[in-house]
Amino acid sequence: MSDKKGRFGIHGGQYIPETLMNAVIELEEAYNRFKDDPDFIKELSDLFNDYAGRPSRLYFAERMTQDLGGAKIYLKREDLNHTGAHKINNVLGQALLAKKMGKRRLIAETGAGQHGVATATAAALMGLECVVFMGEEDTKRQALNVYRMRLLGAEVIPVTSGTGTLKDAVSEAMREWTRRIEDTHYCLGSVMGPHPFPTIVRDFQAVISKEIKSQILEKEGKLPDAVIACVGGGSNAIGSFYNFIEDKSVRLIGCEAAGRGVDTLETAATIATGREGIFHGMKSYFCQDEFGQIAPVYSISAGLDYPGIGPEHAYLHDTGRAEYVPVTDEEAVEAFEYLAKTEGIIPAIESAHAVAYATKIAPDMDKDRIIVITLSGRGDKDCAAIARYRGEENIYE
Amino acid sequence: MSNIKKAFEKGKAFIPFITCGDPDLETTKACVLAMVQNGADLIELGIPFSDPTAEGPVIQAANERALQGGVTTSKIFEFVKDLRKTTDIPMVFMTYANVVFSYGAEKFIKQCMETGIDGIILPDLPFEEKEEFLPVCHKYGVDLISFIAPTSKDRIKMIASEAEGFLYIVSSLGVTGTRSEITTDIESIVKAVRESTDIPCAIGFGISTPEQAKKMAGFSDGAIVGSAIIKLINEGKEDAAARVGEYVCRMKEAIGD
Repeated sequence: MSDKKGRFGIHGGQYIPETLMNAVIELEEAYNRFKDDPDFIKELSDLFNDYAGRPSRLYFAERMTQDLGGAKIYLKREDLNHTGAHKINNVLGQALLAKKMGKRRLIAETGAGQHGVATATAAALMGLECVVFMGEEDTKRQALNVYRMRLLGAEVIPVTSGTGTLKDAVSEAMREWTRRIEDTHYCLGSVMGPHPFPTIVRDFQAVISKEIKSQILEKEGKLPDAVIACVGGGSNAIGSFYNFIEDKSVRLIGCEAAGRGVDTLETAATIATGREGIFHGMKSYFCQDEFGQIAPVYSISAGLDYPGIGPEHAYLHDTGRAEYVPVTDEEAVEAFEYLAKTEGIIPAIESAHAVAYATKIAPDMDKDRIIVITLSGRGDKDCAAIARYRGEENIYE
Repeated sequence: MSNIKKAFEKGKAFIPFITCGDPDLETTKACVLAMVQNGADLIELGIPFSDPTAEGPVIQAANERALQGGVTTSKIFEFVKDLRKTTDIPMVFMTYANVVFSYGAEKFIKQCMETGIDGIILPDLPFEEKEEFLPVCHKYGVDLISFIAPTSKDRIKMIASEAEGFLYIVSSLGVTGTRSEITTDIESIVKAVRESTDIPCAIGFGISTPEQAKKMAGFSDGAIVGSAIIKLINEGKEDAAARVGEYVCRMKEAIGD
């Protein structure tokens, strides 16, 4: 897929300061050395299974299927992983790699706090120091996760620069990495940033689609017709898509956060409203103004509130292999409530974007069709914010 | 032959940086002219970017003030055209890859040539990605400046042997901003660079005092100062040019001693 190093079509690359170049080269070399090493694979697989609780369940959502009256709906339950989201897959892989590389300290950015919590967890497990950068705005939206990270022994640094959200947390983590490289690994949380991160993170998340494939074949004896996942940077989506890319009959659908709508300025839907650019180490699509200034994006979901998308998604969009659709705050909140009432599952507001799109297309599909929705995380962290969105007082905080 | 070479012909070069449009272009113009009058050898003009990942808090804030003031890439090209009526000092742009990419590399670099910008510095464009803009830079005779960092090690030879204009040597790990002490072994980095190229080396990041500038220029061909100047401008725009002029004069004297 990449004809040039670290490229997905024209996307990807390594647009970072010279100070970081040897660090990413060292990381790439280490990854290439360990990824096929049987001991590393065994160690990671044990962590996945015994610590994180993999494989995650593929659950037939019977009530939702009946209610929508069309395609059969399956939910890939990444929300049941340890720490409550898919983020742990990537973090266990990177933390183990960092440890093999002799690093003593992990730094990370976080939006909703899920990646920060996962990183703090892996750091605690492996005896590494941990510092997490989180936009000040997000520390307020996700106060519980800030506490969880501190409880796990991590230092949480609120980022006040720019818009005080995920993109600023990424910028600040990159700045911190240039300050302290020798003993520090930047545990990037999504399939973004400079090469080799988009590839490494995708490989660690690809376990999601590997499991979906064998689970659905066991349950249904055939491949799904569509796989739907939410997309910010895009790690749970690429993880859900990856092992289906060659199976052309499977529609791959990424749901972007449209915020208050793609025709407003309060949106984070990169494919719908962005254009080609270079930022945070990669060439990809970004929300930006006519002079290339990165847009202050918005979504109710802190985890999707990012002005770019991973380079492999940009490529899958260019080639038409995957579809990217915008889902608004309102649609996501309705899906959040719908899944709670219909299936007794409270999804992360990020994942609710994928649920929302499935409820749109499932009724028009035949009953022998199959949709798999990846529930990337659990929604406990979002309850206070959704209550607030619905006009309830802050009684749950 | 690049105009940048001239900056290093009269001994050690003093290279001040300024963010265009912080807080407005009139102030930038007055400050640049004060820099020229007080002995600056090359001016680094910053085009603000919304998310400057290689900058510390001082220059980040300058970028924000400039963008809030409404400055754009187009306005800055107009500004340079106007500035070129009064000075022929070598000038380079310092900005981020997306600013050039978004404007259109061909259009941006052609306008650099037309308005009299001699080079561009892009901290997020390492050696591996320079082909993004290098062919166009060559087409219009605009130098693409390369960086050497304290972590460059075995990369120094590769970077230096293809460098043009001057080499920007990053004094320390981390982002831009003043530092009380610079502990990197700059001398051996410059020595390694000299083995591969004879283009000038200037040192930047963390320099603010005349003593630091003298020491750094002693190891190399010049010193680059940004954050310290931004701080002076931010003390108030009315007499910003006077403060900047006086500062540049002191720094230039120090490195020329």
